[in-house]
Amino acid sequence: MHALLQPWTLGFMQRALLELLLVGIVGGVLGCWIVLYELSYSAESLAHALFPGLVIAALVGFPLVLGGALGVLAAAVAVAVASRVPGIERDTAVAIVVTALFGLGVLLALSPSSPPGVQSLLFGDLLGVSASDLATAAGLTAAALLGLAVMHRQLLVVGFDRRSSRPLGGRPLLADLALLALVAAATLIAVRGLGNLLVAAVLVAPAATAQLLTGRLLRMMVLAITVAALCSVGGLYLSYYASTAGGASVAGLLVVAYLSVRVIRRGA
Amino acid sequence: MTPLLRVVGLAAGYGGPPVVDGVTFDLRAGERIGVLGPNGGGKSTLFRVLLGELEPLRGSVSGAERFGFVPQTERSRLDYPVSALDVALMGTLSRVPWWRPTGRAERRAARAALARVDLADLADRRFGELSGGQRQRVLVARALVQDAPVLLLDEPFTGVDRPSAELLESLLANLAAEGRGILIATHDLDQALAWDEVLCLNRRQVAFGRPAETLTRRVLELTYGGAVVPLPGEGAPVGVLPAHHHEHE
Repeated sequence: MHALLQPWTLGFMQRALLELLLVGIVGGVLGCWIVLYELSYSAESLAHALFPGLVIAALVGFPLVLGGALGVLAAAVAVAVASRVPGIERDTAVAIVVTALFGLGVLLALSPSSPPGVQSLLFGDLLGVSASDLATAAGLTAAALLGLAVMHRQLLVVGFDRRSSRPLGGRPLLADLALLALVAAATLIAVRGLGNLLVAAVLVAPAATAQLLTGRLLRMMVLAITVAALCSVGGLYLSYYASTAGGASVAGLLVVAYLSVRVIRRGA
Repeated sequence: MTPLLRVVGLAAGYGGPPVVDGVTFDLRAGERIGVLGPNGGGKSTLFRVLLGELEPLRGSVSGAERFGFVPQTERSRLDYPVSALDVALMGTLSRVPWWRPTGRAERRAARAALARVDLADLADRRFGELSGGQRQRVLVARALVQDAPVLLLDEPFTGVDRPSAELLESLLANLAAEGRGILIATHDLDQALAWDEVLCLNRRQVAFGRPAETLTRRVLELTYGGAVVPLPGEGAPVGVLPAHHHEHE
């Protein structure tokens, strides 16, 4: 019992767990919409595309929230412009823009003249999460949950049948923009702990796992949060006792959870 | 009696020449109008104008401002994690502001609507597990929750088994008897004689009127492009082999 409880007597482990639980709550609920809207790849692209915004904000000393918001806007404009270039498919345009922006962000983050904290935006620093990081994440989590609650019925109707949603009062553009903003918020919540590279893992894997287990939305959301929380605890144990990277351990367990459920469901 | 819906000289299209032209009809309370025509004949385009998704090129639409729309069930997602009740509740989106959660009154209205379409027992069943006919009835229930005076149904009998189709037909008769106006788009003639009026479209309005008088061989040829064959022993006067099934709308 002592070995099980010992990690949680340490402040940095408690903060890491709290950070992961916040990420898991937002990622679990939002992830269900991302999976249902088949936006997994877009969500990952968006998380990467807003990366230079985060890095520049960290370098200049602006709040990360502002950098993230400007990063999303810049990415959206760049995708829109690139899509209009004749002879470039929309798919290709998105790939070029995302790669270019992410590359720019990495270049800035890993530059020798950048302060050391900036690099952690890329890989995360789960065990280095501070109390003020947690406070920011908690505020963003509350805002994201409020947004998800307010948008719930719109997202439900538009996702069910986009084409015939308008006569019902559905607003597809509003639903899409809300998901965009929520993915940006989730990226900001997760970036301190997991890093930009692993954000997609918590946005997609718990919801994809939950989808295998239930055919009801609210149950799916609760299950997704549960999967994220269990993998967070497991990942932190792994990190503590096997000295593996925290974020990567959690992401790895999420993938293992998804694959296990898949195999078990197929066997059942 | 003022009609629920009045369409006069309507033309509509998608940037090019009109896809449908010269549409003129009235829909009165208690009436069911079958909108007949081949695929690509303009039925969906007419519906899109009525629903406000498409601006008419010419002509006018007046009367009803709210429509209950019943899309083809073949288009709905079967993997979506919702129950029949959840789908019926979607009909409250236009009545209760979308940012507010639904309450008990809405749930009661949704359950009552499901009872109207004989699905009270299956309210908690997953939508994707229902049969095609049951799903179509759930979508009708959703339109009932919208509580609109005019219902638009897009190919409601496609992919629906015979018992469900009969249930749906009597349901539509009851809804009309309560004073609603109902437009039913269909490309087949199976139920045409049962409607109060028929509107025949083939890129323009071919005819409009009582089915027994309107559905002459000539009208059917003009509507369906000539592939009209007699069907001995059937209830309908003639059968039709639609010639333009490949066209899209």
